[in-house]
Amino acid sequence: MNFLSLFVLIPMLTVGLLFCLGKPSHIRLLCAGAGIALLALALTLLGLFIQARNGGATDAMLFRADLCWYAPWNIHYSVGVDGISVLMLLLSAIIVVTGVFASWHIDPMPKEYFLWYFLLSTGVFGFFISIDLFSMFMFYEIALIPMFLLIGIWGSGEKERAAMKLTLMLMGGSALLLLGLLGLYFFHGADSMNLLTLADRGMALDAQRRFFPFVFIGFGVLGALFPFHTWSPDGHASAPTAVSMLHAGVLMKLGGYGCFRVAITLMPEAATELSWIFLLLTGISVVYGAFSACVQTDLKYLNAYSSVSHCGLVLFALLMLNPTAMTGAVMQMLSHGLMTALFFALIGGIYGRTHTRDIRLMGGLMKVMPYLGVCYVIAGLASLGLPGLSGFVAEMTVFVGSFQEADLFHRVLTLVACTSIVITAVYILRVVGKLLYGPLQNPQHALLPDAAWYEKVATATLIAAILVVGLTPHWIADLIHESLAPVTAMLGR
Amino acid sequence: MDFSQFLALHEEISLVAALVLLLVYDLFAPEKGRRHIPLVACLLLLAHTVFCACDFAASTGCPAAAGSRTAFAGMYDASQAALLFKNILNIGVLLVCLQACPFLRREDNGIKAGEFYFLLFSTLLGMYLMLSAGHFLLFFIGMETASIPMASLVAFDKHKTQSAEAGAKFILSSAFASGLSFFGLSLIYGGTGSLYFADIQSGLTATPLLLGGMVLLCSGLFFKISLVPYHLWAADVYEGAPTPVTTYLSVISKGAGVFALCLILTRAFPLFIEAWQTALYVLILLSITVGNLFALRQKNMKRFLAFSSISQAGYIVLGVFAASPAGLTALMYYIFVYILSNVAAFGVVQLVEQHAGRTDMAAYNGLYKTNPKLSVILMFALFSLAGIPPFAGFFSKFFIFAATAESGAYVLLLIALLNTVISLYYYLLVVKAMFILPPAEPADVPAFKSEAAPKFVLVVCTAGILLAGLVSCLYALIDRTVLLG
Repeated sequence: MNFLSLFVLIPMLTVGLLFCLGKPSHIRLLCAGAGIALLALALTLLGLFIQARNGGATDAMLFRADLCWYAPWNIHYSVGVDGISVLMLLLSAIIVVTGVFASWHIDPMPKEYFLWYFLLSTGVFGFFISIDLFSMFMFYEIALIPMFLLIGIWGSGEKERAAMKLTLMLMGGSALLLLGLLGLYFFHGADSMNLLTLADRGMALDAQRRFFPFVFIGFGVLGALFPFHTWSPDGHASAPTAVSMLHAGVLMKLGGYGCFRVAITLMPEAATELSWIFLLLTGISVVYGAFSACVQTDLKYLNAYSSVSHCGLVLFALLMLNPTAMTGAVMQMLSHGLMTALFFALIGGIYGRTHTRDIRLMGGLMKVMPYLGVCYVIAGLASLGLPGLSGFVAEMTVFVGSFQEADLFHRVLTLVACTSIVITAVYILRVVGKLLYGPLQNPQHALLPDAAWYEKVATATLIAAILVVGLTPHWIADLIHESLAPVTAMLGR
Repeated sequence: MDFSQFLALHEEISLVAALVLLLVYDLFAPEKGRRHIPLVACLLLLAHTVFCACDFAASTGCPAAAGSRTAFAGMYDASQAALLFKNILNIGVLLVCLQACPFLRREDNGIKAGEFYFLLFSTLLGMYLMLSAGHFLLFFIGMETASIPMASLVAFDKHKTQSAEAGAKFILSSAFASGLSFFGLSLIYGGTGSLYFADIQSGLTATPLLLGGMVLLCSGLFFKISLVPYHLWAADVYEGAPTPVTTYLSVISKGAGVFALCLILTRAFPLFIEAWQTALYVLILLSITVGNLFALRQKNMKRFLAFSSISQAGYIVLGVFAASPAGLTALMYYIFVYILSNVAAFGVVQLVEQHAGRTDMAAYNGLYKTNPKLSVILMFALFSLAGIPPFAGFFSKFFIFAATAESGAYVLLLIALLNTVISLYYYLLVVKAMFILPPAEPADVPAFKSEAAPKFVLVVCTAGILLAGLVSCLYALIDRTVLLG
């Protein structure tokens, strides 16, 4: 046990304490406190990590701790972080804390809501600190199941169907994943579940061929891999604000992170060999998601399809298997996580006031709620890749990296994927124009209030993070690049 | 004859003592004392459980005493693993006994409380004999002792016609299954000339006669475990029987059946491993899939849990299929976790039935509004059955799947895994009913306070569900014991 375990202990303690509290104001205070503590912890970790790296620590994973758990199956609770997981932990912490503020006045049953919310975060944080296949899988599943109740109870629209669909599809993915993980364990000699040990070991090629698709699709379902992405629009549209934020912002990253950490790192030869199939699928995700977003009339659906497109780009870049594109993939994870969370927070705010998410029924809201309007524009610009904001650096790196693959297949796919930039601009600008500018569509909307303080805290934090990523990408890229080195070495790049 | 041999049968002697004491108390207790029969029975069983646990601890403590305990020229041959498994069963039976207390306090049942526990303990004795047999005659005596009192327990609720019907169904199909088994046994005896497990193992030849004998013999056990296609009795009997008896049938009977199956297949028929693995392959596939598909459509909680337990049986038998020490360990651990989860689920169903007279699923709509604690416990139990972390069911499913993967049956594993998704769907339906759907007006199930005994059972089960997975010592204990032999 070392301080990394605090990432799991703090949410767990919060869940425990929430049991004992009753008053909504106490609950809110506790949750905000826990969220801020997590954020502080993540920032401290970042500082310590950079300090350790500058101090000359060259291990693949730092701050490792190991505790034997189930000896007969070599299952350990073992933790450790590299640059990528540090960034992911920071992203999760930012979104967890802003999510608490975004659901400040959740109704009904705030206590139960935050119980599930923090259980979900336990799973997320646990996943990112684990370097053991079993504990990783366990935390992954812990993060999935609270969604069912969070969407089912506090959601809107066709929430029951959406909750069921989302849970079952993701669980289906994790069923495939479990098969893949067991295959990995037994074909690596069945004596360790530690990611680092397994990565050193290597695995027979035909076994890799057999299990790579299971692991990749298993994680890919959560990363909105076409054609397994259909849970995402329904799920995100029905979920309450903070849950959409957490799900699109962090949970979908679990998919990308898992594909990288487990599928590609442990089965590099199969990844090289089979990447073309999945490149095609992710290419479809990227373009199809963007086109689908163009025709949506529901704000949340629009954003959910845009997430499919952007998360598709994460997997797409990972599968290019070169350092630049993979760096871009991780930056895209960060960037998409932050801006999609911002989007959902804003949509939640708008929906809470207008009680509609239909773009056709709204218009001219900029005059009514200038703060939310401006934030929406910023989020939109980040999403379509304006320089200075996070989207630009991420997509730029991804496409530069992808274009480095010189053969025809990769070039064509890269070009096709690049069109998504244009399509994104189309749907973002269309919505911004329709929603915020022009005449006021509904006279009743003229009386609506602008953002409350807790919404301002949430959105301002996210925008600050987007700016930091957009303006100072080099230190992030350094962090990522270092952590990619062992993997790219194995891939022969 | 050397009567001191009886002393090797520690658990059986202790259980018989408890049984006789209970019978004597039932016979001679004054009218006022008779009300306390459930309490007395539970205390006796508790004493027995503690004795067995101490005995087990003592035998693992000193290496000289560890290993098989035999008597009667090898007719009785209890391995260390069987000893541990008896302890697991004891815990389960104790929970069921406590759970049955409110049922037996009912006006019309009070007079029969002594009989109820007597019959229950007798079936347990039968299972003990099954688990520690080294000879098929003892095995059969055990199996019959476990089945026949069961039929009277199923028919225990004399004011419910369904209960009597269920009893009749149970005894008829049970008798038929035993008949099949006996026929199979006669073929095996004809082929090998012995009924000792060890002799059969050495005398086994791959003739169709013996193969057929083995299949028929196992059919009786498949029936007890209610694997598809031997499951047709299960739903009706589970629905008709009093709920504590249903619990007992679904966890204890089933668990003992699987362990016994594992015992005879590995001890008497290791030579036929390919044949029985193929047979189990098909049966597991059928049980998991058919059980799941039928569970999807059930509207009655007891029938629903019946089909869910058919598919759970399929998962448990994966441990037998793996045919390895890891498989046996995973199997025992799975059964323990399954006992806790299913007892908790049935415990809630029983309380709702007792206080609202309803077992249909519609009564559970909005249960969280009226009885939040019960809903949470039922949700934990169902999540554990579905294999969701951090509940113990996740760990037990993982280990049983890992054992299957170790044996190399990846296709079977894939189908089993996909089936867990189907099962999650119907478990979530109940969760949805309790937490998401609004309650009827007025509420079908009013808010109620439950008695101490079932409450205690639910608390123990919930604690077990939460801890049995996160704390690894239990699995380590089973693993050590199994490797000991």
